[in-house]
Amino acid sequence: MGLIREIAVQGAQMIFVLALAPLLLGLTRKFKARMLDRVGPPVLQPYRDLLKLVRKDVVIAENASWLFRVAPYVIFAATWVAAALVPTFATGLQFSWTADLIAITALLATARFFLALAGMDVGTAFGGIGSSREMLFASLAEPAMIMMVFVVALVAGSTQLSWVANFMLTHASLRVSLGMALVALVIVALAENARIPVDNPATHLELTMVHEAMVLEYSGRHLAVIELAAALKLLLYVSLIACVFVPWGLAPPRSGVLPLIVGAVTYLAKISVGAFLLVFFETSIAKMRVFRVPELLGAALMLGFLGTLLLFVSRSF
Amino acid sequence: MPVSVALWSVAVLIVVALATPILLRRSAAATPVVYGVAAVVALVLFATAVAALLGGTDISGEVVLPLGLPWVGAHFRIDPLSAFFLLVIDLGAAAASLYALGYGAHEEHPERVLPFYPAFLAGMNLVILAADAFSFLVSWEFMSLASWALVMAHHHEPENRRAGYVYLVMASFGTLMLLLAFGLMAGADGVYGFAEMRHRVHAEWLPGLVLVLALLGAGSKAGLVPLHVWLPLAHPAAPSHVSALMSGVMTKVAVYGFVRIVFDLVGDPAWWWGALVMALGALTAVLGVLHAILERDLKRLLAYSTVENIGIVFIGLGLALAFRTNEMAGPAALAVTAALFHALNHSLFKGLMFFGAGAVLGATGERDIEKLGGLIHRLPVTAVMMLGGAMAISALPPLNGFVSEWMLFQAILLSPDLPQWALKFMVPAVGAALAFSAALAGACFVRAYGVAFLGRPRSPAAAKAGEVDGFSRVAMGLLLALCLLAGIVPGLVIDALSSVAVLVVGHDMPPQPLFPSLSIVPVSESRSSYSGMLVFVFILSSSAIAAWAIHRFASRTLRRAPAWDCGFPDASPMTQYAADSFAMPIRRVFGPVAFRSHIERRMPPPGDPAPAELKVVKHDLSWEILYAPIAGRVSRLGERLNTLQFLSIRSYLTLVFAALVGLLVVVAIWA
Repeated sequence: MGLIREIAVQGAQMIFVLALAPLLLGLTRKFKARMLDRVGPPVLQPYRDLLKLVRKDVVIAENASWLFRVAPYVIFAATWVAAALVPTFATGLQFSWTADLIAITALLATARFFLALAGMDVGTAFGGIGSSREMLFASLAEPAMIMMVFVVALVAGSTQLSWVANFMLTHASLRVSLGMALVALVIVALAENARIPVDNPATHLELTMVHEAMVLEYSGRHLAVIELAAALKLLLYVSLIACVFVPWGLAPPRSGVLPLIVGAVTYLAKISVGAFLLVFFETSIAKMRVFRVPELLGAALMLGFLGTLLLFVSRSF
Repeated sequence: MPVSVALWSVAVLIVVALATPILLRRSAAATPVVYGVAAVVALVLFATAVAALLGGTDISGEVVLPLGLPWVGAHFRIDPLSAFFLLVIDLGAAAASLYALGYGAHEEHPERVLPFYPAFLAGMNLVILAADAFSFLVSWEFMSLASWALVMAHHHEPENRRAGYVYLVMASFGTLMLLLAFGLMAGADGVYGFAEMRHRVHAEWLPGLVLVLALLGAGSKAGLVPLHVWLPLAHPAAPSHVSALMSGVMTKVAVYGFVRIVFDLVGDPAWWWGALVMALGALTAVLGVLHAILERDLKRLLAYSTVENIGIVFIGLGLALAFRTNEMAGPAALAVTAALFHALNHSLFKGLMFFGAGAVLGATGERDIEKLGGLIHRLPVTAVMMLGGAMAISALPPLNGFVSEWMLFQAILLSPDLPQWALKFMVPAVGAALAFSAALAGACFVRAYGVAFLGRPRSPAAAKAGEVDGFSRVAMGLLLALCLLAGIVPGLVIDALSSVAVLVVGHDMPPQPLFPSLSIVPVSESRSSYSGMLVFVFILSSSAIAAWAIHRFASRTLRRAPAWDCGFPDASPMTQYAADSFAMPIRRVFGPVAFRSHIERRMPPPGDPAPAELKVVKHDLSWEILYAPIAGRVSRLGERLNTLQFLSIRSYLTLVFAALVGLLVVVAIWA
């Protein structure tokens, strides 16, 4: 009975993140429009877009291979699995020991690997430019992420996210190293989700673009799946920041219905605040030139590295 | 006794090698016979190694053959460490022989490959089996020379001749260093057997010197920076199945030599050993992958990636040394298990990738990825295999490359407890270098696979390529299946490595739980766990559910149309992103530091019909800083010594007499 309930909670988490991801996207778009004094599309618009795309025919290039058709599902699956492993409203879920934070980072790398390959499959100049830049950013963002993981793992004594969240709940304290890790994680999150100042999610046909260039040849259900995966990734990073740095409200393992509801409500509040902060940051900064981005990501890497170094020197930092 | 089975198998290989010239003259079927026998013998050796590894710690007695030095004899023995490396080598050898059953048929000069191939396999096996310094060194040199002959198989190309020359020089240098290392350990009374050598008490300065010599000797064979310069020249020059063996397997023999000397024979390490090995490993990993990412020659790219992976293995070994010095047995076991696991993984996926490169070479005649493209349509099976190999080598879950790197990260997270400050400062940097090289490996293989297999063909050869033969496909499939297996049930490999870890660092990792769901737990469940099986099942099932739901409830129609490309599609395949353009941002960001790379532009003045030129200049710094000056000095010294050839007989007699007196004085002082 207990096991069935645990699996049900885990399943609920998977469906929860899937259902919530477009909402987060809608929220950021709405906030952004309001901040620019526009009315903006309704918050539920991303759901409608996805539904529209799913129903449309797929048009693919004549020389596209099977990889082009399979990649969206692989990207989606890897991102979904990664997103489902980040505690959102409760910790200690049934499958949380499947993969730790390093494995989650690597799952996102799997998704990126296929996305970059899909960008090169048709053999156009745009796809290649997107893939090339994405891999450049990844070559710095991934080590920065791992360094951030090191900091968190050294503080909490575990790379397992549920343990980390529980540790942060019970031993909450202000630490220099965690501050550095937070800044590093935010920079990585901006780069990984193709947000300003690294990439502009609102544009097409601009030579500075990265993510949109890779998915240029996609249409219909394939595009829908990729967009959903991108939304899931944004949700994943917001949940990750929430779970590690503001874990309050998370339901403990094997808790009753009430804490779960409290957890869900606080989680919704957290991601709304997260969306607002993201938009606030984006509207107050300009987009960078492509070759300035490695400097930004290098700063994230250095911050993560410095945090790790401090913790190697003394656990009390 | 496993060791006798192994020795008989090696004897069969040597007999085949000797009989090949006759076979080549008498029958047309020499190629399948040689590779077939090699495959069977390798399988026998593999089975022996598995039995020996799973059999327990004390497996077998020693076999002493009346060869070599008369008062020593040749000792052979299998212990868990050699059993594991025997397993790695013969798994790779069996796959390569199977692959060569198909691939070897295209060989234009089989007489230049066939006799040396079984000899090469025999040499590698003998190095592992040897249990005294003399047979170890002789086997090592035998292996080097056999592989040198294979590198020179296509000696008509001047590039290959140069590769062979550099390889020969570096291999001799490496053997010389190992000779000195063993000489130091054997001492003046000449204790050559490993069993006695292990119990010798050394002078205080000696182990450190042996470590440096082992790093120079085994490291030059493995490809540690800055001794790697021969590797990207020699490995690609050989036929592809031999390249796979040299890159995937022979580098592991070098790792074995290093582990045997440093962990087993020489005694207790000092704390700086770990720091030195780790630093070299990190440097090797990062520089190797940065070279790989700028390389256009597919086989050379893979060779540079071998340099990277050897760096990762040495990072693990360095961590293990650091932990062992400080008597942290559990973390040491984790680090050494991770390093050896990565060695096994690398032999699997590097073999696979070289087979794929050979398939591409056979189908198109091209090694330059800039002239390929669209091969996924022409070589569908090879394309799947290469995709799997590229994922594994880029350390992506759920494949095997990720598991060993994950374990290394876990080992790094245990190292703040190390007491030495230098290590405390160094380990985070090594961790960053490891993460950095993993991320760059991803970029490198997206580039290699994307340019060679995806997109549109860039040359007529690529457009007309055909799928490779069945043997090659089966060999690639076998290795890919093993990559997947080691990725989703890593617990099996870790448990099999436990007796090796006990031998090497005196401790092993906790037994890995089969349930729940085959997760691996390096230290304790509260610290970290990873289940490749569940990740695999989750990815598979969620992508299947998504695909099924969309196709069932929404649209399943598909239309083909010309590529969109922002409304300006260009029919010329030259408008695609090329390999150099893909690597350009990475070269621009990291190149100035790593290779002092820059762009040289030549703009002819108006009226001059000469073409404008744009050239990327890239320096291999270790070549320029280290090798070029040494080579220059040696040749200058040679010119000076040239005068010795034209002396009178009296001067020669004086020289001989002076040399004799000098040697006697040395002996007198030594005694």
